Parts: sequence; structure tokens; C-alpha cells
Amino acid sequence: MIATALVIGFALITAAILLNLWRLFAGPTPSDRILALDTLVINAIALTVMFGIYERTAFYFEAGVLLALVGFVSSVAYAKFLLRGDIVE
Amino acid sequence: MTGAMALAELLISALIVLGGAFAFIGSWGLTRLPSLMTRLHGPTKATTLGVGSILIASMLFFPIYERSFTAHELLITMFLFITAPITANMIAKAHLHRQGHGVDPNPADSTDATIPEPERWSTFTRPPREQEPLPPAE
Repeated sequence: MIATALVIGFALITAAILLNLWRLFAGPTPSDRILALDTLVINAIALTVMFGIYERTAFYFEAGVLLALVGFVSSVAYAKFLLRGDIVE
Repeated sequence: MTGAMALAELLISALIVLGGAFAFIGSWGLTRLPSLMTRLHGPTKATTLGVGSILIASMLFFPIYERSFTAHELLITMFLFITAPITANMIAKAHLHRQGHGVDPNPADSTDATIPEPERWSTFTRPPREQEPLPPAE
């Protein structure tokens, strides 16, 4: 039953990532692209954790933690750059 | 024991499907809603909840099936739940300022395409000057 649920979950997350990619390319404003990138990272964390369940190994959680850290910092840096034209003042 | 295992399996499967569905609904909202201030709702609420339920499923799966417990899921959950509102706030702030200066006007937002009065958005208030600027050095 978990295998079936994983197949459904993989399909849903993949569709979500495709929708995020569409928003990333369509824009129309830079703020939309930052938001799409942030959502893309969150969906990638979900995909990584689900792949860890599928492979039955705890190895992929480090990748999830790193994605969460880097995604947050990059989103804030992009938003800060849009707001001020500079990141570290 | 088999009843408990069946219950755990049902719970984990339900949480995985629920998490995928929430992530999909959040991304669907990101695609379909008309303006950035409405688009912020999808990722910040639905997608974070979706990742949260997938992480809860993982936290149930590994102790039951692999007899191993790691705190990584808890770390990811805490970090995501702390940082998602901060990111949304920063993006909304950047969008408001760009819209206020006419860089990214979007008529679908209810906000004006000019700098609004500071009572409406506190990000437009100027901080009070606390002291006189220092005299030039001699």
C-alpha cells in the first residue's frame, strides 16, 4: 500500500514541480520568479524525502536539510537584491 | 501486532498522498491566481503543509520499518515552518516597493501603483531621526 501511495505522491509532486517551472518561465515580474523558485525548492525537499522512503535509507535527509538551508538563503538574497539593489550593505 | 502494522501502513500511505495533494494544490494556486499578493498564499500555506505531512509520514515510517530514528525530519520541519513566512514577507515587501515605484505595476492587485500612505503599509514609514546629524569634522 505504501508503494502505491508513493507512486501517487511522486506523480503529484512532479506535476507540482512542472507547474512551478511554468510560473518560473512565465513570470511576469521578478517577484513571481523568486516565489516560483522558493516553491520549487520546497517541492524538491518533498521529493527528496519521498525518495528516501522509497529507497528505505535515511541518507537523503542530509540533502533535504541542505536544500532547506540553501533555498531559504537564496530566496531572501534575491528578495533583498530586488528591494535594495544590494545584498550585504 | 499485524493490526497495528496495518494501521501504521494505512496512516503512512494516507499522509504521503495527502502531502502530495497539498503540494500540488499549492503549486496549482501559484499558477492560477491573478496577482502576486494572491499567489503568495499557495506556496506559503498549502505547500508547506504538504511537505509537513510527507515529513510526518517519514517520521512514522523509519522507526516502524527500519528500527531507526533520526532527528533530521524534525529539523527540516522546524526550519521550513520558521523560514516560509520570512521568505513570503520579504517577497511581498520587494513587490510592494517595486509596485509603488511603478516598476512592476499589476492592476490585479488591490494595492495602488503609487507609494501608498504609510498608515496602510508599515514598510513605507520612514524611521524617525533620533538625533541631529553630527557636525562635520574640523
